[in-house]
Amino acid sequence: MSTTTLDTSAQPIDRFVSAFQVNHGQALNGTNASVAKRREAAIQRFQELGVPTRKQEAWKYTDIASVLDRPYTLPLGPNEADVSARDLDPYLIDDLDAHVLVLVNGRPDHSLSQLDALPEEVTVTSLKDAGTHPAFKAHYGEYADAEDEVLTALNTAFVQDGAFIHVPEGTELEQPILLLHVNAAQDDLLMQPRHLFVVEADAKARVIGRQLSLTDARTFTNTVTEMFVGERGYLDHYVIQEEDDNASQVLSRFGYHEGDSVLSTDTFTFSGEVVRNNMTLTPDGPNCETNLYGLVIGHGSMHVDNNTLVDHVHADCVSNELYKHVLNDQSTVVFNGKVFVHRDSQRIDAYQSNDSLVLNNDAQIYTKPELEIYADDVVCSHGATAGQLDEEGLFYLRSRGLSQERARILMMKAFAQDVIDVIEVEPLKALIEDRVQDRLRTFAS
Amino acid sequence: MALLEVENLHVSVEDEDIEILKGVDLTINEGEVHAIMGPNGSGKSTLAAVLAGREEYVVTDGSIRYKGEDLLELEAEERAEEGVFLAFQYPVELPGVSMTNFLREAVNSVREARGEEELGAADFLKLVRERAKLVDLDPDLVKRSVNQGFSGGEKKRNEIFQLAMLEPTLAVLDETDSGLDIDALRTVSDGVNKLRSAERAFLLITHYQRLLDYIEPDHVHVMVNGRIAESGDKDLAIRLEEEGYERFQREPAAA
Ligand SMILES: Nc1ncnc2c1ncn2[C@@H]1O[C@H](COP(=O)(O)OP(=O)(O)O)[C@@H](O)[C@H]1O
Ligand SMILES: [Mg+2]
Repeated sequence: MSTTTLDTSAQPIDRFVSAFQVNHGQALNGTNASVAKRREAAIQRFQELGVPTRKQEAWKYTDIASVLDRPYTLPLGPNEADVSARDLDPYLIDDLDAHVLVLVNGRPDHSLSQLDALPEEVTVTSLKDAGTHPAFKAHYGEYADAEDEVLTALNTAFVQDGAFIHVPEGTELEQPILLLHVNAAQDDLLMQPRHLFVVEADAKARVIGRQLSLTDARTFTNTVTEMFVGERGYLDHYVIQEEDDNASQVLSRFGYHEGDSVLSTDTFTFSGEVVRNNMTLTPDGPNCETNLYGLVIGHGSMHVDNNTLVDHVHADCVSNELYKHVLNDQSTVVFNGKVFVHRDSQRIDAYQSNDSLVLNNDAQIYTKPELEIYADDVVCSHGATAGQLDEEGLFYLRSRGLSQERARILMMKAFAQDVIDVIEVEPLKALIEDRVQDRLRTFAS
Repeated sequence: MALLEVENLHVSVEDEDIEILKGVDLTINEGEVHAIMGPNGSGKSTLAAVLAGREEYVVTDGSIRYKGEDLLELEAEERAEEGVFLAFQYPVELPGVSMTNFLREAVNSVREARGEEELGAADFLKLVRERAKLVDLDPDLVKRSVNQGFSGGEKKRNEIFQLAMLEPTLAVLDETDSGLDIDALRTVSDGVNKLRSAERAFLLITHYQRLLDYIEPDHVHVMVNGRIAESGDKDLAIRLEEEGYERFQREPAAA
């Protein structure tokens, strides 16, 4: 595998810039033209913006610099990771009939994938091979903000591969697409996958991303995902974050959708060292429905930072945002939810709430709802709660014969239930129920 | 041997220096129905909570024996398994906790403790329908979250319905009548009367005598200021209704 080890004697910025220069023209040019042409400007922006520090409001509670400042290797060539279908078997979702694309260290591995049942007109492939696809050319780089978001700039400069999904006009994909993201390297890797999902007008798709580690090596994954949904289209994007404690990531999602369409995201975070989810959703047409749901089950010293923006640039839309956090041990959760309603965006209904169940005094929650509303005819609400398990409720359950442990599990589970109930894919819902139960059981005993 | 023997029970609130129960004595035999009446704040709910095992109350003196064993040694859930049931004065709403799942778990944990076999899904639902009818509870309510969005009356019926499901030996009803209109009161009382048996004792806590028109008690006690001030038969309840509690409330000052 062609790799570049970052020179840790240099400042982090210089390290990436020199890695870029060394590989430019070679490893970094092989991808495709749409990708390649954006690299130069992006590395330039990265250099200008610099690595975020905690002095910046958006990174106040998440020290990403120290996660970046580690001796990672940049994989700039095909995988040599040794992953077999059997390794992945436990992570295919029971009873889920899905089109599966496996990505090992950020790159699709077609030999491990199962895409035979995909309707002919639908494309699920690697980004590397998508360069000539008209939808790729039309949408790649159009929504991700490589201008102001430094990690998006870094990703745009180094992007090698990722998933490309295209659902053409009028096609309703019945089975979901499962993207299995697997970390499986011997070395400490810094990966920068890039995904693009294009769901055209009147088309429908559900995409499930599941992130796992099959390695003890330290990893940092800086992902950028762009999503486009055309008029009257529908995209449901689920992400299940269950990398190991040696894995950190910044996942930046940029979703853009047109009139009468629905774009929903549902993010479940079960593990990881430092997990930062940036989400920017832009409903740009009338009667859009934008949904953001999230559940964090924090344990150990996990640090999860959800930073969301719903950018209401168009009138007559509805957005719903609901995040739930269950925090145990010394885990930390940051929630920063911004809703921006532009001056001409009248008749917007925007709801946001985030609720935290704090089970341990050492756990920490920082939440900051930010509403910026410049239109006058809007209905916006936001709320944040933080509390402990209700003693009265626990006693009620115990007085009917449930053990302390079972009562605690039921109450914790109930707290998380409404973000689980929005899952429309039954086998996925069953999986999430199980994963939540398993984790909560360890909290209750 | 009496089913329940409360002797010289003194109870305080954790972290606070106030004594709420100041020496309660109460003996209930199998199959008996006792009523405790008394003014607001006299300690009736506290007694009920202590019987059910609520930990925020601290027993500073005295004892409670149940079936000859020290009840205070048992956790709340162990008491439920041993057949103690408390119908709450203010049933708790638990959004997201499915009534069906919770109740099935509760029923089976109590059955297991009694050495009975677990109820399967079909038998459970059959029992739900049968016992819901007893208190005229809409069985569809069982499909919801526990007490969530239930009316005041539905919550109270739901308590008696759960009592019927769990088949306790000692049922403590804390002001189940308050918040019920006269028709609901009659329905709930009929349900309770059907649940009366030689093995099952009831402790009815109430504010008003009218409940006792429907559920006839064997013994009536008046609780005032953390003590049982007087005990008698059902005529005591009628007298209380006419005279009020002033007579008792003046006594401590005079003593
Ligand atoms: N958890 C508690 N903390 C502090 N005071 C309490 C608590 N529970 C009960 N009390 C007090 O004890 C007294 C008796 O209350 P309670 O048992 O609810 O009376 P009743 O049910 O007879 O109306 C009241 O003065 C009440 O305020
Ligand atoms: Mg009371």
